[in-house]
Amino acid sequence: MSKRKVKEAHLPIGECISQVQRLLRERLCHQQLPEQPEGVEAQHKHLQELLRRTAVHGESNSVLIVGPRGAGKTMLLKCVLRELLEETEVQKNLLQVHLNGLLQTDDRIALKEITQQLHLENVVGDKVFGSFAENLAFLLEALKKGHRSSSRPVLFILDEFDLFAHHKNQTLLYNLLDVSQSAQAPVAVVGLTCRLDVLELLEKRVKSRFSHRQIHLLSSLTFRQYLDQVRAQISLPDGFPDSKFSQDWNAGIKTLCEDKLVEEVLQRHFNSSKDFRSMQMLLMLCVSRVSVAKPAIKPADLLEAGRLCFTDAIANMLHGLSILELCLIIAMKHLDDIYEGEPFNFQMVHNEFKKFLQRKSYSMYNFEQPVIMKAFEHLQQLEMIRPVDGSAAKLQREYQLMRLMLDHSQIMEALQKYPQCPTDVKQWAMSAFG
Amino acid sequence: MATLLQHPGYEEEKLQKVAEKLLCREIQAGMLLLLMGNPQQYSYPSVFIYGHRSSGKSHLMHILLQELELPHATISCVECVSVALLFEQVLLSLFGCDAASLLPRSPSLSDFVRIYRQQCAQSPAKQTRYIVMEKAELLRDMDANLLPVFLRLQELVEDNVTVILLSEIVWDKFRPNTGCFEPLLLHFPDYSKGELQQILSKDCHPSYSAEFYSSYIKILLGVFYSVCRDLRELRHLAALNFSKFCEPLEEGKVKESDTHKLWRNIEPHLKKAMQTVYLREVSSIQWEEMQQMEEKETGAVRGLSAHTHVELPYYSKFLLIAAYLASYNPARTDKRFFLKHHGKIRKTNFLKKHEKTSNHLLGPKPFPLDRLLAIFYSVVDSRVAPTASIFSQISSLVTLHLLTQVGHDDQLDVPKFKCAISMDFICAISRTVNFDIVRYLYDFL
Repeated sequence: MSKRKVKEAHLPIGECISQVQRLLRERLCHQQLPEQPEGVEAQHKHLQELLRRTAVHGESNSVLIVGPRGAGKTMLLKCVLRELLEETEVQKNLLQVHLNGLLQTDDRIALKEITQQLHLENVVGDKVFGSFAENLAFLLEALKKGHRSSSRPVLFILDEFDLFAHHKNQTLLYNLLDVSQSAQAPVAVVGLTCRLDVLELLEKRVKSRFSHRQIHLLSSLTFRQYLDQVRAQISLPDGFPDSKFSQDWNAGIKTLCEDKLVEEVLQRHFNSSKDFRSMQMLLMLCVSRVSVAKPAIKPADLLEAGRLCFTDAIANMLHGLSILELCLIIAMKHLDDIYEGEPFNFQMVHNEFKKFLQRKSYSMYNFEQPVIMKAFEHLQQLEMIRPVDGSAAKLQREYQLMRLMLDHSQIMEALQKYPQCPTDVKQWAMSAFG
Repeated sequence: MATLLQHPGYEEEKLQKVAEKLLCREIQAGMLLLLMGNPQQYSYPSVFIYGHRSSGKSHLMHILLQELELPHATISCVECVSVALLFEQVLLSLFGCDAASLLPRSPSLSDFVRIYRQQCAQSPAKQTRYIVMEKAELLRDMDANLLPVFLRLQELVEDNVTVILLSEIVWDKFRPNTGCFEPLLLHFPDYSKGELQQILSKDCHPSYSAEFYSSYIKILLGVFYSVCRDLRELRHLAALNFSKFCEPLEEGKVKESDTHKLWRNIEPHLKKAMQTVYLREVSSIQWEEMQQMEEKETGAVRGLSAHTHVELPYYSKFLLIAAYLASYNPARTDKRFFLKHHGKIRKTNFLKKHEKTSNHLLGPKPFPLDRLLAIFYSVVDSRVAPTASIFSQISSLVTLHLLTQVGHDDQLDVPKFKCAISMDFICAISRTVNFDIVRYLYDFL
């Protein structure tokens, strides 16, 4: 028997990079499910057991998955479902209904959606139902027909669960949880929400029908685990066609994660938010720069990405203002300082600016009032100043009270970076009283 | 310069065309291209681009999507007064009019997502689809769910779609209360003075040399740069004033290189433009007519604010003067101004230093009808009988928005008013009746 050496597949570099991009983008942008979710084994087990009891044994259940945004609630649910659906029996029987609080803003719309997802439009036809409960009971009854005597298990997944609690009378929630308590049909209600106080939102009768099972996904990652996650997110899997390339790539990633500068950036990121989504955004910015000319991720990429993520948006916008608008902002800052944050109007700002022109300025021209008014209105459109809520209609524009929405430190920082800022303006800004 | 934009996913010549059409935005274009990646691959679900007006955000997106022939839907949120229009436009641009006609009357977000999913199942995306929403700050005022749904549209419809939001307001003011899917933030920095010069110089007139035009732009920027950095406004001003700039050249008085003389000719003209065309006091057509006319005739053209100077009858003028005095003088000082034998009033030291209490900074105060009439009778020089015609003149002043009525219509008390005119206006009026109003104002004591 001749020994056949397995020929190592070598793809051209362009093809490799394209494959890398495709893989990593699916992982980072498209929220592809990982093989095994990390760090949430207990929650995974709990959820899996619960859903299995409904799908296989016909028990009704309700559970809430609670966690901050980007903690991985949908990912956990999808992983559990994926495992569950590997069993043929479950795949044949289990029905899924996915509802989202953002889309189904009304109980009527939600019912329509349920009907369509269960493919029962024809059965319902033009029937008119007296109440929501009747409609739901009819739907669940219809699932029984033509399929033995028992109904098929239905899994209701309610995304943005807290928004359903704002519907009128919370009818949908009441009826779903009612069905899950009574032995009508095997129904599992899984709610996903980012609000930790979601139970306070439920009415008493709804809360009593809920099983009070909650699965918390409070990301309790340490920094070491966070670093491992980062590495896992951008490493290539074993099944990559060009094995030499993937080995080099993964080795590069390992050295990258051990770099001091990179650790600093990641530490800063970790300190501000631990969730996966912001990590994915940071990594996406790095991955997008990978090209044939630069086939690896360098520490400079991460530094640049970190800088982009933490840039101060207001400072960027202040950089683009005209010098007249900047002077108006400095005048407002002085008014804030003198009168301790009380609202001001255009006439006061104009007066302050005129005082500056008379006493200290030599580079600014004395503009007409309408020109200054136009600059003032531009600042209002940028939402850097906002009117104090009151009768906007009755007052003339010049006398309408406004508040400055910028912080003093932001203004001073912006002044440092402002291109070709005249020195008299800078000195005026830094002086104590106009 | 053209080879700055390179990407394996897109054809070279198309990218070259893009680079030629863009000016001073190569870095941002490069970054966007990197983010967009290969058309067949996924991109980040939502991107938020912010920057000042006329900083090239829509321009860049438009050019990129058109030249690279990517499937896209461009929506201006100003046009979409109702969500139905928004949904219709998206479906129309991405899937054609059959899909758009599937929308029911007053569609909900649920309908839109459902129809999108159906269409997607029929024609899956071979390339990334882009939905570009301009003036995205208006999305905050529409349905509360609209913004969070569009930010995570990729996940909800399970399609290769990316939503790009363009706005001049920063993202911090968009975030909903309970949070949402955070988009990738991209900043389009403002153009520097050099870049503005470069872009504006491209509009040069074929019959003049490029250096001549750029010296004109330099002068224009010198006058307007400290007030306005908006590219569109500057282009408009440049186009309007160029003929005046070339006038001495055409008349043969100066040569192209005599920059000083050209400057002296155009500078007062530009300063005048700042007070009129820049503020839209006169329309562009009127401005161009003014340039044709002689110097002394230009005073005849009336700006917009000149139209508010209505010719009022004699007693109305005095009523208005009385109203102004009632609004801006505190009530306790009436005795001093309007009685023959009055005592002195002492302005305390505290009042003098506290500039803020100057009524001209705070705004007009409301006053009852009785006080208005009392001041009116003392200000008017002849004896006036309190007839209905006086009262009807007061209501016509309210209709002209020179006075505003404060408080509820059918109150049991005396009606209260406020004076809604500026100092310049009242000075002009009092000059026509030979009344020295400054002498009667408390703030100018």
